[in-house]
Amino acid sequence: MRQLTTLIRHEIRLLFISPPVYIAAVTFLMLMGFIYWAILRSLSIEPQDLSANVQFFSLFWLPVFFLVPLLTMRSLAAEKNNATLEALFSTPVPRIFIVLSKFLSAYFLYIALWSLTVFFPFFGDSLLVNKLSEQSLMNFAELIGGLTFIAISGLLFISIGIFTSSLTRSQLVAAMLSFTLLFIFCIGAQQLEYASYNYINADSFFYDAIQYINVFRHLEDFSLGILDTRPFIFYLSATWLFLSLTLSNIESKS
Amino acid sequence: MDKPVSISVNNLSRKFGKVWAIKNISFEIHKGEIVGFLGPNGAGKSTTMRILGGLQNGHTGFASVCGLSVAENSIGIKRKIGFMQENNPLPEELRVSEYLKLRAELKEIPASKLSEEVRRVMDLCDLFRTARRKIIRTLSKGFKQRVGIADALIGEPDIIILDEPTIGLDPHQIQGIRTLIDSLRGSHTVLISSHILSEIEKSCDRVIILNNGRLVAMGTKSELRESFIPENQLSITIKGDSNVLIHSFENAQLKLELADTIDFEDGIQELRFNRADNTQDMGPILKASNSLNNCQILGINFIKPDLESIFLAATKRSWEDVRT
Repeated sequence: MRQLTTLIRHEIRLLFISPPVYIAAVTFLMLMGFIYWAILRSLSIEPQDLSANVQFFSLFWLPVFFLVPLLTMRSLAAEKNNATLEALFSTPVPRIFIVLSKFLSAYFLYIALWSLTVFFPFFGDSLLVNKLSEQSLMNFAELIGGLTFIAISGLLFISIGIFTSSLTRSQLVAAMLSFTLLFIFCIGAQQLEYASYNYINADSFFYDAIQYINVFRHLEDFSLGILDTRPFIFYLSATWLFLSLTLSNIESKS
Repeated sequence: MDKPVSISVNNLSRKFGKVWAIKNISFEIHKGEIVGFLGPNGAGKSTTMRILGGLQNGHTGFASVCGLSVAENSIGIKRKIGFMQENNPLPEELRVSEYLKLRAELKEIPASKLSEEVRRVMDLCDLFRTARRKIIRTLSKGFKQRVGIADALIGEPDIIILDEPTIGLDPHQIQGIRTLIDSLRGSHTVLISSHILSEIEKSCDRVIILNNGRLVAMGTKSELRESFIPENQLSITIKGDSNVLIHSFENAQLKLELADTIDFEDGIQELRFNRADNTQDMGPILKASNSLNNCQILGINFIKPDLESIFLAATKRSWEDVRT
């Protein structure tokens, strides 16, 4: 385990000296700040059905599409390109530790960046003059539910990024693959549900399956403060699947 | 040899696509030996080293390191081996001391001995005073090679595998690395590949020559010489007509066969003869060379084939075997 903690420390350090990570972090915070400001502005103009926090977290996919590729594209692709991955393999470190260290360090940064967005409702609640009195910005159930969704879905998104990074030596190709898979996963399932609405019986297994993988359905529950175990199982098992694919991919090269 | 076997390879083969990178290679390396691994590009040296280092699997055959099967104990053998790969990949953004510390941690050096061990390998490779705080990207090729070797020495592994450690180095740096390798003799088993044959010749106790994925020769330099170039070569430097000397040798019925002629300035020539009887008796030669008209003898000496000649002979023979 000491080797794993050493690798995680090393990976986090590498992330902090990597320019794309700073670009991703600044862009993410600017974009999310702007989104939150736009939500508050629309709330101040007219009452809305959904609270600011629910609206804010429902746009999770927007930063995910660029943040996850930028955080993960370097992890294995650059190491493969520089052959430093092989240098790591020459040490008595299990390969699963190498994959886990890449995954956990990227996940750490992903969560750290999302955690900073907690300050948006905090500042909004304490600084706005009329405090949008009808809409409580500091609704803890929504905040905890939204952040739990971000944390649990982030496991899967980051594992997808790590997996695509293991497929190629090019960081650009890894980022594009990651974006494509995330897009298919986030938007595809939602669109599939819309498209099948009129053609598949709502009681059928297929409709249930589509709903089960639709991340927006999960978000609905989480943002209402409902912690259902099924999404947990789904995200954890899918994360395990992608990490296993990553591991078998790098092991197949030997 | 009484010493225990450090590396044992038995009928090892590895295929890439339809091409056999190595086929049915077998050899043993004993504890404390320094063994040179030679072969032209694509001969299978790096593939064999990577299999021994646990970076790649063989398809058939068996390889063991310090008694541990390479295929079954890939983590265990990495504890026994310090491996410097070809092209020596290093993370360019780290400082030398940071990198070596990271590698020491990954190689399970206890935390209490970490600084001491990193200091030891930096001292061995002359990095401590010169480059320990430098970012690897800014280092010269020679220093990068030293960092790679320092990494291979971390934890005093039983076996050190160095794949082309002297590539791209200047003569001073090569000499430094040779001294370092010499210092490991007896205490570590070293397997080293290089294209610089003179380096292998000076550093190694034994040589293994691969060609086209097959082991074509193995042994000490004198054993290989006996096997591939049994006859001595005689070099005679003359000024004048070489035919006079050749006729004189024919008349004296000396078993000398002209192998090569090298022309120098001012009519000076070096004639190289293969001596079939393989004796070093100079008497008949001096007698036949004495008082020749229009041919002045400037020097006579026997030449022992160097490793380059042996290497060329071994690989040439293996190519001829393949063709036939």
